Amino acid sequence: MALELRGIRKRFGSVVANDGISLRIEAGEIHGLLGENGAGKSTLVKILSGFLTADEGEVELRGQRLDLRSPREAIAAGIGILHQEPLVFLPFTAVDNFIAGAPGGLRLRRAEARAALLRVCAEFGFEIDPDAVASTLTIGERQQLEIARLIWLGARILIFDEPTTAISEAQRQRLFATLRRLAADGMSVIFVSHKLEEVADLCERVTVLQHGHVAGERTLPVPAEELVTLMFGRAVEAGTRPEPVLGAPRLRLDGVSARETSASINDVTLAVARGEVIGIAGLEGAGQRVLLRAIAGQVPAAGRITLDGTDVTGADYRARLAAGVHYMPADRIGEGLVPGLTITEHVALTAEHGGATIDWAEAEREAARRIEQYAIRGRPDSVPESLSGGNQQRLLLALMPPVPSVVLMEHPTRGLDVESAAWVWKQLLERRQHGTSYVFASSDLEELMTYSDRILVCFAGRIIGEVPGARTSVQELGLLIGGVAA
Amino acid sequence: MNRALEALRAATPRLLAVPVALAVGLVLLWVADAPPLETVRHLLQGSLGGQQRIGDTLMVWAPLALACAALILTFTAGLWNIGVEGQIIAGAIAASWVARELSAPPAVVLSAMLAAGALGGGAWAGLLGVLNVRGGVHEIFGGLGLTFVATGAVIYLVLGPWKRPGIASTSGTEPFDAAAWFPTLGALRVSPLAVGLGVLAVVAVYLVLRGTRFGLRLRATGQGRAAAARLGIPTDRYLMYAFLLSGAIAGVAGAVLVGAQHHKLVPSVSGGYGFLGILVVLLAGFRMAWAAPIALFFAMIASGGVQLQLRLDLHSSLGGVFQGVLVLSVLLAGGWQALRARRREAAARA
Repeated sequence: MALELRGIRKRFGSVVANDGISLRIEAGEIHGLLGENGAGKSTLVKILSGFLTADEGEVELRGQRLDLRSPREAIAAGIGILHQEPLVFLPFTAVDNFIAGAPGGLRLRRAEARAALLRVCAEFGFEIDPDAVASTLTIGERQQLEIARLIWLGARILIFDEPTTAISEAQRQRLFATLRRLAADGMSVIFVSHKLEEVADLCERVTVLQHGHVAGERTLPVPAEELVTLMFGRAVEAGTRPEPVLGAPRLRLDGVSARETSASINDVTLAVARGEVIGIAGLEGAGQRVLLRAIAGQVPAAGRITLDGTDVTGADYRARLAAGVHYMPADRIGEGLVPGLTITEHVALTAEHGGATIDWAEAEREAARRIEQYAIRGRPDSVPESLSGGNQQRLLLALMPPVPSVVLMEHPTRGLDVESAAWVWKQLLERRQHGTSYVFASSDLEELMTYSDRILVCFAGRIIGEVPGARTSVQELGLLIGGVAA
Repeated sequence: MNRALEALRAATPRLLAVPVALAVGLVLLWVADAPPLETVRHLLQGSLGGQQRIGDTLMVWAPLALACAALILTFTAGLWNIGVEGQIIAGAIAASWVARELSAPPAVVLSAMLAAGALGGGAWAGLLGVLNVRGGVHEIFGGLGLTFVATGAVIYLVLGPWKRPGIASTSGTEPFDAAAWFPTLGALRVSPLAVGLGVLAVVAVYLVLRGTRFGLRLRATGQGRAAAARLGIPTDRYLMYAFLLSGAIAGVAGAVLVGAQHHKLVPSVSGGYGFLGILVVLLAGFRMAWAAPIALFFAMIASGGVQLQLRLDLHSSLGGVFQGVLVLSVLLAGGWQALRARRREAAARA
């Protein structure tokens, strides 16, 4: 019994997320699906589980062609998916969660379901009280509940999408034991991850995706360096950049900890000089966003943050903004720019001086001036959602004061073409001559290596390494990002 | 030219909704066995036939326009201030208290009534604002709850502490002293002060939203709260401003209702002006410049509806039914337009 994918293609607009992916998974196998953010893992998983339909290609199970049009059809075919955050109804009891997705008529067969839940739990050594409300269960227990449910529904192929993101080490060990047990029972397990160590620890075979292609398939064990090369592509030439002339200390973090939803940072200490560019590498959710938002004052932080020698730990976001700390979020529409407000209105909104009334003619002239200066393809009356990603980023830059003291950026060139990205960075680096410092998070290793003076690597909420931007290799960086200390 | 065309294209479904609503209205009349043309004639005559009737229509328009102005402020901030009805009632209670307690020259009493109305409505909305901004209570639920409380308070006052000597009647309190009556124009029932306040609120809200930094920040808060906060706007404070100002304007509407229409506090003092205002504002696409004339149209239907009952034996609630049909048609047209746009987009992607 094998699952086979042949030539899966899926595109979203101009982005090809899956470009002819083929792979084969045997029964009883734990198969790793490895790749960096944006490599196409999630799209492939969504196609397999019926959330998305492929533009081209076939999925075959035991020699039978499947036409998966909904998650319901996927589960009927025996393919179950466990999402990163277990999809449970938090106010429901465990047994009601168990029933909620089950096919059947109007009548609730609660007693039957309870017996089934207890049976599956006994078989796999799960300890779930059927009457416990789901919100009181740990994430690990919710995963067990989901696994039990999928097995009860007849899943023979189980897909685990980044299942270790939000669970403790002990829970992780238990989860891995369960996965091995499932494989021993003859089920196929697809383990989606970008953590090298976990894949190496758990999987028998691994398929590495890169930019929507299969970069390679390997039977484990193989050296981690080989997987890193498959994940990130050819070795990028280390940049040849003159050493930056750094100024006085600008920003200091002493033992800063912060937490937001499921991500956190612990005890981060960092000093940034005037004119310095710090890149933060790490997997999605490793803490980069929380770190940036803690520095910006959008998330309360413990520890001490000083800006130009002044303690700003207690200062809120607006106070830090007034002190020149600017934050450019990855979500350009929604968090960065106000949808529905024109460029002129954005310019008026961010004007530093101005009375109670707005001189619209003047604001429009100013908008036209900035559109020209920042080469934005738009008109003063354009709304941000009508602009391309690159032009949205240019508008974000255009709305910042000429010389901010610290700029915090998330994925500053994500979704931008090469030319736009280079233009954005040219603008940013010009400002550093005047003392602007940058701290930016990116998943693009080339960007990190090209523009950072130092690269800090975030892993599970801690800075686990620091490398000079100009003298590192994709291998070194890739291993650190994957949690393998150099 | 291009812009005008674009605006027209955007407004087309909205405009199309009017004949649709008229057609449904005709069917309703046919079902009610009423001659359509005759009905329209009586409606027009009942609302615009003669100075007195125009005055009566304007007296419906004034509190409705105030309610619309109040609602547009909160809608601009992205808030569904359903509680505006309760804020009108709170304003009416506060103004009634002044009218009953204060004996002074009319100019003083009327000014005090308006100020009390604004304070009462503002306080009621401020309570809702605190619940929403600090307590995380959704403004729709908080607003509905506070409206129930305000309605209960009016009934308690009318039947309890403020009851007429000897009899507790749902017909209301003792009429106010003459000093607390809004002055009228000659023999007409229309109060220029009430109409003037309506016009003032409409113009003021229009100008504030169009040309002031405050208005722009309010819009930014409403359209993208996270982005507005990132751009440095204290969004929580702006939400509170919206609640307070909206409540103050609604409270003035309450003062107008007791001072110019009822001349006493009655249990159904607002009678749904707040809710009717929501319909008008929805129909106007949350724009003040459109809401004012649409409110006038609604006022015509309301005051003309009385004539229908007298002349054609049609129940005056028919006007309300027509208003509802009109709003539903426009909302449906808007939803249909959005659906088509999504389908077009999906087709373009495929």
